[in-house]
Amino acid sequence: MSAALGRFQANPRRGADGGGRSRDAHASAASIGLWVFMGVATALFSLFIVAYVMRMSGEDAITIALPWQLWLSSALLVAGSVALQWAVGASRGSDPARARRLLLAGGLCAMGFLVVQLWAWQALLSAQVMPAGNPAGSFFYLLTAMHGLHLAGGLAAWTWTAQDAWPEPARAAWRIALCARYWHFMLAVWLVLFCLLGWVTPEVARFICGTS
Amino acid sequence: MNAPLSTGHAVPHTGDDAGHPAPQSFLTRYVWSQDHKVIAVQYACTAIAVGVVGVVLSNLMRLQLGFPGQFEFINAERYYQFVTMHGMIMVIYLLTALFLGGFGNYLIPLMVGARDMVFPYLNMLSFWVYLLSVVVLMASFFVAGGPTGAGWTLYPPQSILPGTPGHAGGIVLMLVSLLIFIVATTMGGLNYVTTVLQARCEGMTLLRMPLTVWGIFVATILALLGFPALFVSGVMLLLDRTLGTSFFMPALVSMGQVTGYKGGSPLLFQHLFWFFGHPEVYIVALPAFGIVSDLISVHARKCIFGYRMMVWAIVAIGGLSVVVWAHHMFVSGMNPYFGFFFATTTLIIAVPTAIKVYNWLLTLWHGDIHLTVPMLFALAFLCTFLIGGLTGLFLGNVSVDIPLSGTYFVVAHFHMVMGVAPLLVVFGGIYHWFPKVTGRMLDDRLGQLHFWITFLGTYAIYFPMHYLGVLGMPRRYYNFDGYNFIPPSAFTMNAIITVVALIVGVGQLLFIFNLAWSAWRGRPATANPWRAASLEWQTPDTPPGHGNWGPRLPVVYRWAYAYGEPGAAEDFIPQNAPPQAGAGEPEPEGQSEVRGAPA
Repeated sequence: MSAALGRFQANPRRGADGGGRSRDAHASAASIGLWVFMGVATALFSLFIVAYVMRMSGEDAITIALPWQLWLSSALLVAGSVALQWAVGASRGSDPARARRLLLAGGLCAMGFLVVQLWAWQALLSAQVMPAGNPAGSFFYLLTAMHGLHLAGGLAAWTWTAQDAWPEPARAAWRIALCARYWHFMLAVWLVLFCLLGWVTPEVARFICGTS
Repeated sequence: MNAPLSTGHAVPHTGDDAGHPAPQSFLTRYVWSQDHKVIAVQYACTAIAVGVVGVVLSNLMRLQLGFPGQFEFINAERYYQFVTMHGMIMVIYLLTALFLGGFGNYLIPLMVGARDMVFPYLNMLSFWVYLLSVVVLMASFFVAGGPTGAGWTLYPPQSILPGTPGHAGGIVLMLVSLLIFIVATTMGGLNYVTTVLQARCEGMTLLRMPLTVWGIFVATILALLGFPALFVSGVMLLLDRTLGTSFFMPALVSMGQVTGYKGGSPLLFQHLFWFFGHPEVYIVALPAFGIVSDLISVHARKCIFGYRMMVWAIVAIGGLSVVVWAHHMFVSGMNPYFGFFFATTTLIIAVPTAIKVYNWLLTLWHGDIHLTVPMLFALAFLCTFLIGGLTGLFLGNVSVDIPLSGTYFVVAHFHMVMGVAPLLVVFGGIYHWFPKVTGRMLDDRLGQLHFWITFLGTYAIYFPMHYLGVLGMPRRYYNFDGYNFIPPSAFTMNAIITVVALIVGVGQLLFIFNLAWSAWRGRPATANPWRAASLEWQTPDTPPGHGNWGPRLPVVYRWAYAYGEPGAAEDFIPQNAPPQAGAGEPEPEGQSEVRGAPA
């Protein structure tokens, strides 16, 4: 027990003045805060996934054909994640211009992802898959919207980070690292959701729920 | 013990130690404040104000139950609206907000030796978003059709169908308000957890934290994991109501009209709701457990018995609370093996809970008990929680729960265990920490009067309800005309309960008057009027100033329960009093460590 709790021992002293909160302390707090938030988001999406499986095991559920745009949006999210990871390395190195370019690319890829997701919505609506029609369609719009909202929140943080990092990326390397971590998390969530929407069909859901 | 005892490094105090600038104007000091102490008071005042609405609603319900048909304005629709709003207000907007937003905000930084929460701006946002959720909820009183009367569980399909009061705007505003509240709770929760993990002062190990912090910490983790379930169910129900999706709504005919819904699962909503709903009981109870531990220790002048066991009991209760939710659904029908599982896990929770009760009693045993107002409330909590907990053992068993679940026995049980018991702790906590918050004491005579009215009154209200429940008196009913199995004595009992409820309701005005009067005119308090050992009482200023600790952060040398140490100058040793070189230092479980420097 003590060993487990020992990971969070009291900080001996923070900041140059023995009482103020230095940048290290702030970065450490932000890092813990982000881990905790990712835990909350994991709980949220896990519950959505459980709800999806339970509801899709119903007799009225059908499978919908996912629009091809999702592959494009997924690629964009992967690219954004990679770009931000490289931006972390560049910001800690001696190439601030590269760090700026990669940071910008990470944000733009995420914006592109959101635009393509909306394009996918448009494609589904054109195919008469309405939010209120079938649970598969309802969940598609709901889950992609929830994921998109979380990513939009990440973009707000990215904007703040970009403003802070632009003059001197090395100073804000820790902020870029946090953005990169969140992008990886959002990518992982999206990949799980994509698999769920694509492969957890009513038959699979009924098998999981034992109602087949 | 007015002087600061910390031995941090003497360095000039800078203005932004707290992570935000010192307030320069009335607006930044009291309105858009990022100071955790001001935000705590904002949270508490808002929660108490909305709680008053909840109490008024309960009294209106009681008027109908005690004197049916005597008050024409209380028709069936309004009765159900009162029930629903009372339940939701008390559980979510009063108790959750007050324990986490009020006590959590005020006490965590002070008790762990931090200058503020680690994210002060987010903390400020948390309060304003909470206030928005309250405004949206209250707005439902003024929309066409009024607030929802679906019952606080908001079960579909009836919650969003015509025929249920407030099915037009009320239910929508309720769901929107809940979603906003969850956002606020998440913002606050991130702060509390991160502050506990990252911003403790030197020497404040996790196992030196007061149990109040442990209770709020674990409750916050539960909130962060449990509220997403309410969010998921709330969003999906909102979409069923507004967009016509069928997440929860089955195909049905309502008021002679075929609805467009098909295939939804009401049971799915119940699972999601109670996956949040049961941890919610402990989101309220765990902070109460922590606070009452501190009240008992301070006012009995004795170290808490079995500190480590108490910590582990809090953690175990928190862990178990997420695997018991379906005991709220025994009557919905389930595989007997599931019923067995959930009954078993429910009963297992009694073990760590009983450990806590025994430890409180053993702390009191041979203690130097001071019957101050906070201590009276703490003792009243024990009496109330014991009854509520024991009746929980009844209801945790499937075979006993099924006949009782629709009766007043359940109303009695949950009001005692998660309504009255935590509220008694809220009162005790406020009487205890008010001197630190305002620098003044609450009036003792008013406090005593308030205590006896509240304790005896609530016992008189809820204890007889067990008997009403055993008689088979159904809950959720607007009136009981034509139920011949209910004896006349039950109606007499209901009338008595109503009279007592009105007295208790009005009695709370004493408390509110005491708060307002004492904040301005109360007897000035010393820095540590209860002679407590925990860190929040060792601040250089009372009330604590910006950044809490002046130029030096405190340094902690021991746990928060060093009372009655042999050889000590006083009967308590503050957490930050430097040890005498070579002297034994009290630690949990009677360990005595020889040290001259902080751990």
